[in-house]
Amino acid sequence: MHTYANPKRFLGIAKWLMPLLFWSGLALSAGAVAWGLAVVPPDRLMGESVRILFIHVPAAWLGMGGWAGIAISSAMLLIWKHPLAGISARAIAVPGIVFTAVCLATGSIWGRPTWGTWWVWDGRLTSMLVLLFLYAGYIALVQATTREGGSAKIAAIFGLVGAVNIPIINRSVVWWNSLHQPPSITMGNSAIDGVFLMPLLAAVVGFSLLFGAIVLMRMRAIIAEAQVEARLKRRALDDDAPRGGGAGEPAMGGA
Amino acid sequence: MREALEHWDFVIAAYAIGLGALAVLTAWSWRTMRRAEARREEVKRR
Repeated sequence: MHTYANPKRFLGIAKWLMPLLFWSGLALSAGAVAWGLAVVPPDRLMGESVRILFIHVPAAWLGMGGWAGIAISSAMLLIWKHPLAGISARAIAVPGIVFTAVCLATGSIWGRPTWGTWWVWDGRLTSMLVLLFLYAGYIALVQATTREGGSAKIAAIFGLVGAVNIPIINRSVVWWNSLHQPPSITMGNSAIDGVFLMPLLAAVVGFSLLFGAIVLMRMRAIIAEAQVEARLKRRALDDDAPRGGGAGEPAMGGA
Repeated sequence: MREALEHWDFVIAAYAIGLGALAVLTAWSWRTMRRAEARREEVKRR
């Protein structure tokens, strides 16, 4: 893992990995969405609205998976001081908040025809909303520390502490009464019929590949911005340094 | 009494929001990356 922490080596890998993830993710998620919309039959209880499953579940998975990625990167930054760890955490934050918002929006839309309401303040929905606020806080914190030149450790600690919410989201439907259904897919077990499960797995994998491609794009952008800043800073220092004809002379002679 | 809601309206709305957000995010990330890398090359050349 340490081998890939070198930004130069990482850029070499990202150059071919990013288009590979993007195009395979696009093909797989487009196929899964078409499968879910056109091929899958309506559900006995939920009717046609069951098709929202194929966008809602991948969004929920990636919203939570994104924060898990931030927490892992934060731990790597704090423990091993990986140069890419802070960059990857920063790059995950925006796609993470977008997928969390999509999960909340599609869940709310799905709730209206199936539950009869757009929103309930139960454990699952509230903890997912807390995740959205955590992402917003993290993004604000990272922007502030980048702008003010603060330590990246503050955001990393926030990323680690915020990870407490992930198991709460996961177990919320078991711990508290909820309109939301209990977990349908557990380790090696699924309560979902194969007709829905296969396109769902395809959608989860497809959107995850797209998520990975977007994170790589954002990492490349952050690295390029940092390189520009470093080069400009170096140039400004070179320009300020005293030149020629008086290496030993004070910069403001006669003052 | 159960309301007679047209489920397809909700399905279309959910997919429009989800896929629209993903398209905007992808285009924005791609543009940010291209701009940042173009600027890096420009600064390197100067």
